[in-house]
Amino acid sequence: MLSQARPGSKGRPLADRLREFTGESAAKCYQCGKCSAGCPLAAEMDFPPSQILRMLQLGFPTLEAKAIASLSIWLCLTCETCLARCPQEVDLPKIMEFLREESLREKKFHPQAKEIIAFHRAFLDSVQAAGRLYEIGLIADYKARSRHLFQDVLVAPKLFWRGKLKLFPHLIKDRSNISRIFSKTLGKKEPSG
Amino acid sequence: MKLGYFPGCSLQGSAGEFDESLQAIAPALGLELIEIPDWSCCGASAAHNLNRLLALALPARTLALAERAGFREVLVPCSACYSRLILTRHELEQDEGLRRQVSEIIGMEYQGTVRVLNILEVMGQIFQDGLKGKITKPFEHPVACYYGCLLVRPPKVVQFDRPEDPRTMDELMKKIGAEPIDWAFKVECCGAGFSISRTDLVAKLSSKILADAQRRGAEAIIVACPMCHANLDMRQEKAEKWAGKKYSMPVLYLTQAIGLALGLPEKKLALHQHLVPVSFPVKAKPAAKAKAETASQPAGQSEE
Amino acid sequence: MSRIGVFLCHCGENIAGTVDPGKVVEAANRIPGVVHSIDYKYMCSDPGQSLIREAIKEKGLTGVIVAACSPRMHEPTFRRVCAESGLNAFLCEMANVREHCSWVHEKSELTTAKAIDLVRIMVEKAKRNRPLFPIKVPVTKTALVLGGGIAGIQASLDIANAGHKVILVERDPSIGGHMAQLSETFPTLDCSQCILTPRMVEVAQHPNITLHTYSELESVDGFIGNFKVKIRKKARGIDEKLCTGCGVCAQKCPLKKIPSEFNAAMGMRTAIYTPFPQAVPNKPVIDKKRCTYYLKGKCKACEKACPAEAIRFDQPDEIIEVETGAIVCTTGFEVLSTEFFPEYGYGKYKDVINGLQFERLASASGPTLGAIRRPSDGKEPETVVFIACAGSRDPAKGIEYCSKICCMYTAKHAMLYKHKVHQGTPYVFYMDIRAGGKMYEEFVRRAIEEDGVKYIRGRVSRIYEQDGKLIVKGADTLLGAQPVEIEADLVVLATAMVANSGAEELAKKIHVSYDSYHFLAEAHPKLRPVETNTAGIFLAGACQAPRDIPETVAQASGAASKVAALFSADELSREPVIAVVHRTAPPIFSICEGCFMCEQACPFQAIEREEIKTRDGKLIKVVAKVNPGVCQGCGTCVALCRAKALDLQGFSNEQVYAEVMAV
Ligand SMILES: Cc1cc2nc3c(=O)[nH]c(=O)nc-3n(C[C@H](O)[C@H](O)[C@H](O)COP(=O)(O)OP(=O)(O)OC[C@H]3O[C@@H](n4cnc5c(N)ncnc54)[C@H](O)[C@@H]3O)c2cc1C
Ligand code: SF4
Ligand code: SF4
Ligand code: SF4
Ligand code: SF4
Ligand code: SF4
Repeated sequence: MLSQARPGSKGRPLADRLREFTGESAAKCYQCGKCSAGCPLAAEMDFPPSQILRMLQLGFPTLEAKAIASLSIWLCLTCETCLARCPQEVDLPKIMEFLREESLREKKFHPQAKEIIAFHRAFLDSVQAAGRLYEIGLIADYKARSRHLFQDVLVAPKLFWRGKLKLFPHLIKDRSNISRIFSKTLGKKEPSG
Repeated sequence: MKLGYFPGCSLQGSAGEFDESLQAIAPALGLELIEIPDWSCCGASAAHNLNRLLALALPARTLALAERAGFREVLVPCSACYSRLILTRHELEQDEGLRRQVSEIIGMEYQGTVRVLNILEVMGQIFQDGLKGKITKPFEHPVACYYGCLLVRPPKVVQFDRPEDPRTMDELMKKIGAEPIDWAFKVECCGAGFSISRTDLVAKLSSKILADAQRRGAEAIIVACPMCHANLDMRQEKAEKWAGKKYSMPVLYLTQAIGLALGLPEKKLALHQHLVPVSFPVKAKPAAKAKAETASQPAGQSEE
Repeated sequence: MSRIGVFLCHCGENIAGTVDPGKVVEAANRIPGVVHSIDYKYMCSDPGQSLIREAIKEKGLTGVIVAACSPRMHEPTFRRVCAESGLNAFLCEMANVREHCSWVHEKSELTTAKAIDLVRIMVEKAKRNRPLFPIKVPVTKTALVLGGGIAGIQASLDIANAGHKVILVERDPSIGGHMAQLSETFPTLDCSQCILTPRMVEVAQHPNITLHTYSELESVDGFIGNFKVKIRKKARGIDEKLCTGCGVCAQKCPLKKIPSEFNAAMGMRTAIYTPFPQAVPNKPVIDKKRCTYYLKGKCKACEKACPAEAIRFDQPDEIIEVETGAIVCTTGFEVLSTEFFPEYGYGKYKDVINGLQFERLASASGPTLGAIRRPSDGKEPETVVFIACAGSRDPAKGIEYCSKICCMYTAKHAMLYKHKVHQGTPYVFYMDIRAGGKMYEEFVRRAIEEDGVKYIRGRVSRIYEQDGKLIVKGADTLLGAQPVEIEADLVVLATAMVANSGAEELAKKIHVSYDSYHFLAEAHPKLRPVETNTAGIFLAGACQAPRDIPETVAQASGAASKVAALFSADELSREPVIAVVHRTAPPIFSICEGCFMCEQACPFQAIEREEIKTRDGKLIKVVAKVNPGVCQGCGTCVALCRAKALDLQGFSNEQVYAEVMAV
């Protein structure tokens, strides 16, 4: 059974914080489902996009927790299809972004989101180190993190031989500026999987 | 036309052929590209997925560098980078506080004076002025122009072409002698940043796109984005496995198609870098008709 | 010397609860010019009124102040009391000590002080009042009805049956409007043309109605009771008197492939055409933009064929000038075309049609004789998807409102489809079912329960075509927003009802306002729903907002009764609160400098030019003059006049100044 009870100190509805941080209002959504209808990954998600929004509308803590721990927020590709067609112009991709950050902050992410998060982290590590992406490094790092060591064994060499993968990273000059940006946004802590 | 240039990481790595082919056709098109000094990665979907401020700061750094270097317009061929840059520009334009905060993070004043252009916009403008006489080997193939998500969405931010069923690339292809087919997946998502972490999903999404292009008789898919290319070319085998049928659909960057029409050698356009070989069925007649059509249509004039 | 009486009302506790009546009366007595001051529990009651009547007689009052409620409530009451007692009605003023004072302040000294101020202000005004007399204007007892849809037809018949003349102007070649295009109508499923055409014929035959079809409004001047209207009667290209309506011309016209407007492009017509068999009048027009003769100078096939020799290629447009006392605007609406929808293919799929097009397919008089066949290949569709709220309730597309009728007509369409194609499956994608109306909800339930229409709650994200099918991508929000994909043969969009594309221009021509969606605006959304802000101009039907037929007809009759009421007297009288240009003695005559800034500023075109001449006819100067029938007393010109030649009667500059100084 759903209830509005908000035990303990977890005082504020997530929708309020959403509004504060992104300017988006969950109340704008009138649950027409057009976003879910057009989302390329709705069928793969545990909750289609409009349902994620619904979970923020009532301010029920159990529903909010469900949204944060959903796989949907990690499957969202930011393809912007939903926003482009939403009659109420609800910026769902931005809301998904907010929920992902919440999910990381509360360390409550869906088990199946691990690989995706691992990839994003490997990506950012690479950028943090060089200022630009180093693809071989990224793939190696991602494989180590996700333990998908053998995935793509067939494709990677082909890419390499076709000159698609470069052996050495490009380093930018002002790498200290990149360090500054990372520490000012992600905090001092190294992002690690 | 002289523009600032932001190649982005992919064009210096796995999408090298996009950069090479663009550089190859640039002289013929009178296009001069000057790389933004010391540009850095836009953060792509990773930053965007993990941290909002980082996702704004990384593109803002590059834009601020472009401002410093005195550019007014910057060409961003990769549509993923383009999307990050134009969205950053938009958000910082809307929110003065955020602009100041981001300026502080990147340790540079970001002002928002640089316009961000995508490859279709720039090519469209060049072709508008006419390329008469330069098309020596018309690219006479039925092609599926694939725009992907990010060039046209969100419409209010990018304000480019029609959000559904865009036409800029189709018009460009007509001008180099190709026959753009009318198909349904021009702006459908290919799986974007999941090319490595969720290949299963990419296979599924790409497969639908490849299947529609094939069904409607395209001989190639033309793209303007490294991610689209990766998912449709590199992952084509996987898509074929998922669907249980062969596509053998060459996927070309539009710069490569233009290069071929300009008569540049395949080597310079780096066609050999694709996983799906770029070869076309030998055919008898329809090309002549396509040629006649392009000839009768004055360059620089688009028809409905 | 003024002799003013002040009458303070307690309004029960409403005023006396917060304002001290004793103090107000006492203070009023001390204001110079006040000779009488009294309070009473209810001034508007009979005894209250008597107090005023008696005081006027006994004290010989030259002005009356009733300190009570808003003048919007009881000014007419008290002015009548004064008039009955021999005091000019316009010498009576109200000080609003309720809405402006007792209701909005706490009980306190200050509140009482404010009430005293309000009284003092009105006393100063009243001292400077002059007797005024209502303006009498004659009434031309002819009504102009603009637009011959069901609203215009109903209004015309009602006014005509009340014994007044009607001039009905219709833009299209025939009257009938959208209702003529409908197949069957909810909630009773009676045939639309069967109930409409008798009324169309009645219009044509009514001795009191003059019908101008294929005509447009050119201009409107004048004011209530006295409008001067110019109508452009577009050249039909035939002599209506000679034409017998035999239709031979259309048979002979070689251009057979012009999309028919009446059939919403589901069928074709010729260049010379009568829009539909029951058209009123049943006379063709030549489409000059398409006719080969007009374009290339050759053909004339119709002329050769016409047995009545009625074809007139060189016929000019005609301008008709008429005088009318009232105007009823019934110009209706438009529906969005499928091109409006990017995600549904920008109109490029032939089998994605709008509701009006479906009406034509379902209509027994339509291009398929009522058989449901899809436009692309004429096949009978096995699966039809209906999409409600297409464009409506869609702020992103600029239309925030609900179009109100589409839930009902979508249920009707799905039902009609099912009645005609028994093995077919109709799906309806909807957001809410809005069926408030007599027998409406029951109608929708019938569609679902008896006819098996499948309702899916969700908006459709996209439609594309594949192998001859339309792939409709929606979601079922009642099943966890699961994506739903339906392969349809035909898709019908219940596209939004929008204002006519020319609505803004028309509104300006007839001087009525319009809302942000360009629907014409009523004077008050609740209490004056068929009147406009311009006296003498009325509205009815879908030109005002989305409406169905019952509402449209009710409103049309409402507007007609307003017109009949207006025409019930030979003259009408109006409040004399209007602008005047002061005249002065010779040799100046008028301090107006003749700059005519006011002429440009007046929103009602009330400023005229007056020539001042010497006795032997020599022109001295041209000055401004206000037409008292047209002026609405808005005061714009007064504020603008540099020479201070203009003033507003009853609210003169001097009075307002005195009021301000009294505070
Ligand atoms: C698809 C569809 C199905 C419907 N089904 C039903 C139903 O089943 N039951 C129901 O109750 N209602 C139904 N309706 C609603 C119904 O059509 C309207 O309520 C009705 O037509 C409104 O009548 P009207 O006279 O106000 O407007 P209209 O029918 O639009 O008539 C306006 C007339 O004014 C003319 N005109 C416009 N501008 C000018 C001008 N400037 N000068 C002169 N003339 C002008 C037009 O040519 C037209 O003849 C349906 C509507 C649609 C779109
Ligand atoms: S499309 Fe927009 S309004 Fe509709 S359910 Fe999705 S977010 Fe809500
Ligand atoms: S942005 Fe995310 S939620 Fe929206 S349609 Fe794309 S994948 Fe789905
Ligand atoms: S009447 Fe029904 S279908 Fe039409 S806009 Fe309103 S809710 Fe939508
Ligand atoms: S504005 Fe005044 S001075 Fe000018 S024309 Fe009008 S009345 Fe005369
Ligand atoms: S008061 Fe208003 S309506 Fe009357 S003449 Fe002046 S501007 Fe015109």
